[in-house]
Amino acid sequence: MKLSLGPVLYYWPQRQVADFYDQAVSSSVDIIYLGEAVCSKRQELRTPDWLELAAELSEAGKAVVLSTLSLIEARSELSLLRKICDNSGCLIEANDMAAVNILAEKKLPFVTGSSINIYNAYSLKRLYSSGCQRWVMPVELNRTTLKNILIDAEKLGFADKIETEVFSYGRLPLAYSARCFTARAKNLPKDDCQLRCLEYPDGIPLDTQENQSLFTINGIQTQSGYIYNLRDEYSTMAEIGVDVMRISPTSTDTFEVIEQFNQVIQEGGGASQMIASDIKNDEFCNGYWYGRPGMETT
Amino acid sequence: MELVCPAGSLPALKAAVDNGADAVYIGFKDDTNARHFAGLNFNDRKAKSALEYVRANNVKLFVAINTYPQPHSWSRWQAAVDQAADLQADALIIADLGVLDYARERYPGLNLHLSVQGSATNIEALAFYKNNFGIKRAVLPRVLSLAQVKQVAASSPVDLEVFGFGSLCIMAEGRCHLSSYVTPESPNTCGACSPASAVRWSETDKGRESRLNNVLIDRFREGENAGYPTLCKGRFQVEGQTYHALEEPTSLNTLQLIPQLDDIGIKAIKIEGRQRSPAYVEQVVRVWREALDSYKKIGSNFVTRGEWLDALANVSEGSQTTLGAYSRPWQ
Repeated sequence: MKLSLGPVLYYWPQRQVADFYDQAVSSSVDIIYLGEAVCSKRQELRTPDWLELAAELSEAGKAVVLSTLSLIEARSELSLLRKICDNSGCLIEANDMAAVNILAEKKLPFVTGSSINIYNAYSLKRLYSSGCQRWVMPVELNRTTLKNILIDAEKLGFADKIETEVFSYGRLPLAYSARCFTARAKNLPKDDCQLRCLEYPDGIPLDTQENQSLFTINGIQTQSGYIYNLRDEYSTMAEIGVDVMRISPTSTDTFEVIEQFNQVIQEGGGASQMIASDIKNDEFCNGYWYGRPGMETT
Repeated sequence: MELVCPAGSLPALKAAVDNGADAVYIGFKDDTNARHFAGLNFNDRKAKSALEYVRANNVKLFVAINTYPQPHSWSRWQAAVDQAADLQADALIIADLGVLDYARERYPGLNLHLSVQGSATNIEALAFYKNNFGIKRAVLPRVLSLAQVKQVAASSPVDLEVFGFGSLCIMAEGRCHLSSYVTPESPNTCGACSPASAVRWSETDKGRESRLNNVLIDRFREGENAGYPTLCKGRFQVEGQTYHALEEPTSLNTLQLIPQLDDIGIKAIKIEGRQRSPAYVEQVVRVWREALDSYKKIGSNFVTRGEWLDALANVSEGSQTTLGAYSRPWQ
């Protein structure tokens, strides 16, 4: 089992990003996803900066993947995507079918992110034929579906040629909109958002009128309110055939979380009993994995 | 532009045809389509009656098979494609890559349309579906501004259909998991968003409350119009303020954009609402037929009539309509 660090889904100042990846180099993650996956206006780091960072991390021994935008609407966003696919020299994470098409035409391998809809092995096979070498399961799917997809993939004869990754820690990416909800919260038009996302390193909490945590506003992206935590599912994942567990960055304790996950993996899942108590934290959820509503805890 | 109208039942289909639909889209009676609600949709016999009625009136029939099958239910989607092919529907509206692949391989002569649930918002994504499955048309998600629709249309490899009227999804369709985060059902897996089975209303001393799977979606004061608790249209707290943090209860209405949409080369206008009554279908289709005919006749002198807007407002969510993402300030 490998550990991956997902792309930073929030908008952090350049300095914070640099510090974050300084720490990531010496952490236990095997794979690092870099780049902007949410909003094209977020340019504290531009493509050349990401590429430079990618080269550094790669030199330090990490497998680097460049993530791309999840929702591509403007012509400028498409041009940027083409540029990244043309020049990066990195493995790319496609988060929209646009990237899949560009990379397939160039006969370049790619990873599909969780916003690419793969709900069965036939879809996965189609993407495998186009160059997909690793896929991240859509977040709303459960362990039984995943198990069956991989069994079917085996019957279709390509299961051993593709890696499976599961979003295993962090606020779940749930939806993408034309509307920027951060700008809306600030009473600003999207075209004059003043980059207010910079003020919220973990997004803006959205609660019900009974103060129950529901969602997290992150620009045009809506995330879960609770943090999805599948750390204790390591053994099941290993059994099903999951190759990579993904940890999605938060601004506070990402590296502690990585070490906890690493400990569980190193000890073959045994450690989960010892630290299972802290996973009952109110802010965690794991419903999707058990085929329940995502926000529930089983 | 072709007027593509919804039908969740045979009476609704007849209402659509009688009031001027160019095409009607339907779904089968299971979770293979994105309006999988109790009492709705067509079994084999009803689908055949639907086909007879549209054929007799020279109207097209599209079948939506636009949810995402999982391994345990794959055969149901396969059967739906077989059934639609057997019916000789004029087009199948599909989202899933595997289902597209199956339809393309098994029935190379079928017209395939990419469903809005396929979430293709740009020409590269459209090209993927065209190159791999030979789709003839795609329905654009309701996330593009008019200027962006124009850009896509200018170099789209396939014909484009856009939403003209009906419930407004504010998230990119096919990529919204809000419903399954809170309830057991989602559009992609079950063809349902904020399902009625999860809704609970209660009168409390704080007002009338609407809940989804026990999560408070909204609270209404006396006399306030209490709309259906769709997740993205509730009132929530953000930084101490309580408001419609994502969107107000409102419907999309683009009647006024008819000339621009036609100018930029949009081939079809879709009316949302297979879950709505035959009366809704009749009202909306009649207005849109009149509007499109009026535009055809007088071209650039086209103006929206007050009576049309009144009629549409009557059947709109919260009696409000918006241009949604087509209008940049909305975003």
